[in-house]
Order: sequence, then structure tokens, then C-alpha cells
Amino acid sequence: MRSLAALIGLLAALSAGGTLAAEPAGRTPKPVVETATAGTQCVAPPEVMRRSHMDFLKHQRDDTVHGGIRGAKYSLKGCIDCHASPKTGSVAKAETNFCVSCHSYAAVKIDCFGCHASKPAEAVAQKEPK
Amino acid sequence: MSRRGFLGVAAAGLAGVMLAPGIRLIEIAQAAAPTAGASPKVRWGMLIDTTKCATGCTDCVTACNTENGLDPKPSPTSAQWIRKVEIKEIKTGRASSVPVMCQHCAEPPCVDVCPTGASFKRADGIVLVDRHSCIGCRYCVMACPYKARSFVHEELSDQKPDVPRGKGCVESCTLCVHRIDKGEKTTACAEACTRAGHGAIVFGDLNDAGSEISRRVREIQTTQLRADLKLDLGVRYHGI
Repeated sequence: MRSLAALIGLLAALSAGGTLAAEPAGRTPKPVVETATAGTQCVAPPEVMRRSHMDFLKHQRDDTVHGGIRGAKYSLKGCIDCHASPKTGSVAKAETNFCVSCHSYAAVKIDCFGCHASKPAEAVAQKEPK
Repeated sequence: MSRRGFLGVAAAGLAGVMLAPGIRLIEIAQAAAPTAGASPKVRWGMLIDTTKCATGCTDCVTACNTENGLDPKPSPTSAQWIRKVEIKEIKTGRASSVPVMCQHCAEPPCVDVCPTGASFKRADGIVLVDRHSCIGCRYCVMACPYKARSFVHEELSDQKPDVPRGKGCVESCTLCVHRIDKGEKTTACAEACTRAGHGAIVFGDLNDAGSEISRRVREIQTTQLRADLKLDLGVRYHGI
């Protein structure tokens, strides 16, 4: 019985080590934050965005939907334009993509991308003709 | 150091100077000004001249579907923002083809019945659904006399970045609000109709006496659908 437990423990350690090879050893896998497109500048410093992006976006969405104000400082489209992954072209498609990587770590379920495109406009336009 | 050299160095230094915590001069220069938003002085509307609308032509419907990322091959349960209705007076046999979409009422029944305030009218007369607060009850679908609203039954993918839409929400014609907010002067359906050579749809500001739509509604007889309901529609029809 003890050998079985040891074997399970070993297997778990091995599989965790395999999937999180890039991670420093620790009990919790840290989110892999993909870097934004080179040469782009975020609208606020990272520590502000990490803490307050949800408030910025929620405030802006009412201004945009009800007031018709577009092109303001904060916008979900703006986030996606810089933070879409070069691999998947999206911020929410793969587990490692910008929005999903942190939100799965923090166990916060976001439904933004049930309606909003998770890809920049050019990526959607390219896909269309076929 | 020469005077010119000193100024050059000072200017270069200034670009990176922090004006206030987190704000640099260079960021102010990069930020584009936001649009002014919906103005209460404007009343967006459409004039549909059914004498010019061709039976069997569905260019407006196709253009709407493409512009807003709707189902290109609609099924009976797909969302539909604009549809072609063929009408015929039985006694005389006179037939017309009529595109029907959200009529953007000044007194919208969908807004009256919405339990969450998701269905609303913008300052410029465009009636919209705020999907952030829509709970999908479909009361507005029942209330609309024009059957203009649709419910999204299934999960969607590859939406247009300018037109977010998704499962569990009600939606309808937005008068191409994403275009209008950017300052464009026409909707996808009106553009397609003009391109097809019919010119049956005119979009514009009903409050601007100098606009084409105001001039046309002043000159020709126009009808509001179900005018007896006194909803003061933004869409007017000629020739029915």
C-alpha cells in the first residue's frame, strides 16, 4: 500500500515537472505571462493594470455602450491589439494566452470572450475570405 | 556647449520626463482623443423607398450579415437583424418588397418592458441592447411590434471586434452604431443598396434640416409602420 502511494506521488511529481518545465519549482504553478507585442506601450504601468484593469474596463464599457464614446484610454480592443499571442493570435484561446493564464491562476472565470472577439481586427479579417 | 546643442539635449530629456506619477509627455502625444459620443441633438433614421427596392434582391441583408458577423447562411433559428418582406394588396395585385429591421422608435416598447435596463435608447435615438446586463428573458422580443429582435441560442465564435455578440442575449439592428460612432455617414445596408444601383435606403440625421434624408421626407409622402401605435419611428417607408 505504501509503495503504491509512493508510486502515485512519483507519477504526480513527474507529470507536474513535465507540464511545468519552464516554471521554477514550487507548490503552485505560476502564470506564464506572455509579453506584449514588441514596441508597444501599455496605457498604465503593469502594477496598476494588474490591480485595476477590471475597473477601468467596466467603467469604459458603460461609456462606450450607452454613451457611444469610443477610442478612450482604456478599451478591451486595445488590450487585445497588443497582448494577442503570436502563436494562437488570441488572448484567450490557449491556456498560456495573456488573459487566460492569469485568470486560471487566480480562479476568476471571465465571460468577456463569450461575446467579444479575443483576436485583433486584422486576425479576424484575414480569416474571413476562406 | 553651444546654445543650440543645449536646447537639443534639454528637449530629448524632456520627452522622458515624468509629468505626474505614471504619465509621461510621450504618452500624452500618443493617446488619440476619444470620440464625442452620442449627441441628443441628432436623431439617426432611415428612409426606405419601396418603389426603388427590387423584389428578390437581398443585398442589404447580406451586407448586414457580413458587417456584423451574423450567420452567412442563416438557419431558422439564426439571429436576423434585417429581413426582406414581400407584401401584396390582394384586391389590386400591387406588390412591393420591403426591408424591415429595428425601427428605432422614440418610444420603444422593448425599453419599456426590459426588466434589467439592458434594452435602452441612446441619446441620438439608436435603440440598443447592452449585453452586459441582458439576461435573455426575451420579453423585448415579445414586445416589439416589428419582430425586429432575435435571440442568440448557441455559442458563437469569431465575432467581429467591433460587434460583440454571444449566446444568451437578445440583439437587433444597431444602425451600424460602430460605424456612426467613428464618424462614418452610412450603414452597411444603405451602402450595399446604393452600390447595387437601387438607392432605396437613405440613412441620415432626421434632426438636421439640411441632410438628404430630411429633404426627402419633406418632399415625398412617407409612412411609419403601424403608425397607430404612435411610437415615433426612426425608419420611414415610401410607397407602401
